[in-house]
Amino acid sequence: MEFIQSIDWMGILKCFIVGGIICVIGQILIDKTKLTPARILVVFVTTGAILGGLGIYKYLIDFAGAGATVPLLGFGANLAKGAIQEVQTSGLLGAFVGGVKASAGGIAAAVFFGYLASLIAKPKIKKQ
Amino acid sequence: MKRIGKQTISFDSPPTILETASIVGPKEAQGPLAKYFDQCLEDEFWGEKTWEKAESKIIKETVNTVISKSGIAASDIDYCFAGDLLNQCISSSFGLRELNIPFFGVFGACSTFVESLCLASVFLDGKAASNVLCATSSHFCSAEKQFRFPLELGNQRPPTSQWTVTGSGAAIVSASGKGPYITAITPGKIVDMGIKDANNMGAAMAPAALDTLITHLQDLDRKPSYYDMIISGDLGYIGKEIVTELAETKGYNIKNNYEDCGVIIFDKEKQDTHSGGSGCACIGTTFSGYFFKQLRNRKLNRILLIATGALTNATTSQQGESIPGIAHAIAIEN
Repeated sequence: MEFIQSIDWMGILKCFIVGGIICVIGQILIDKTKLTPARILVVFVTTGAILGGLGIYKYLIDFAGAGATVPLLGFGANLAKGAIQEVQTSGLLGAFVGGVKASAGGIAAAVFFGYLASLIAKPKIKKQ
Repeated sequence: MKRIGKQTISFDSPPTILETASIVGPKEAQGPLAKYFDQCLEDEFWGEKTWEKAESKIIKETVNTVISKSGIAASDIDYCFAGDLLNQCISSSFGLRELNIPFFGVFGACSTFVESLCLASVFLDGKAASNVLCATSSHFCSAEKQFRFPLELGNQRPPTSQWTVTGSGAAIVSASGKGPYITAITPGKIVDMGIKDANNMGAAMAPAALDTLITHLQDLDRKPSYYDMIISGDLGYIGKEIVTELAETKGYNIKNNYEDCGVIIFDKEKQDTHSGGSGCACIGTTFSGYFFKQLRNRKLNRILLIATGALTNATTSQQGESIPGIAHAIAIEN
């Protein structure tokens, strides 16, 4: 009971709406433009890095939490944030090291869980 | 045989399409033409480890089926023309490597089946052969991997994209027989109108189909109404509409007797394939399964088969090249 009472329902709603809006933008880009999914991915990560670098994206993270950090924009923002922090502590080389360092957990987890999934799953045809 | 007009060849002793066979995948098996195919598969792998191996098995078994249905011994088949969509036509060459029949690998993208029939007819009327085998195949999963993105990436298909037909069609054409006869062929030119979207092949190929259609009609001095049906290969909904409209502006009304295999092989309402079917097997299976039986049963007596191909690959798409289209036509009559 205590667990349910401790849930931040408003936070979940914000997370859901912001994350959903980001996905809707991606869907519109797929349906209405000639951009390939790979290009949309690059656009999202780059936009996230720019917004993160300018210090704007952190307001969205404060507002929506995982709704802003989980989509690709959050990955881009994380890269920028890591790079900036590393420059402050260890100089210009940090611009190259910091981004990957900050997102190392996500990258390694993607490789690890991707590998695990490939051991137990077989690719299938699409439904549509 | 003799050349007529700009591009057309008509035959003195028209070759007979003796027999056809078709095998399709599970999605095609749920479509409106399912009952006309010789075999419908339950899964895309058909017991193989990879989609490429599965595609080779499909063409191999289709060829075995057409040979056994025809009653002709494999040793009496003089040549084989076959091709597919995978690099170096591996589905055909791997699938047919144990066939022991002299083999010509043909690449015309999705026009391969009719291109093979064209070449076979010339061989037969030229007395270079008595029986010739033509075959082609395509597979949704191997084609997506080769031309667009691997399925493991799980990305979405845009609304203009077409669904590559999984399956294989094969035909045995003979110098003598009781028909249906291949009376004329019109090999097409490469036509490139500058379409660059690999997800809108129908629009890229439509101008080529129109060019071949009009050239064919002019060469033989025929009207579209000469044919019970004019059938294009895999233009899908978008390409079919473009051809119908463009033909009208050029003074040819094909609204009543024109159909596209990519449109009829799937059910638009029940099966969400976006813009219809495509791939070598689209016209390969639809002709071998459906239209050949219509000709045999005399429900259709004169058809013009126009197979369309998009002569592109993943590298040219990535380098921003446009998509050259091609279309080959054959007239088949009882």
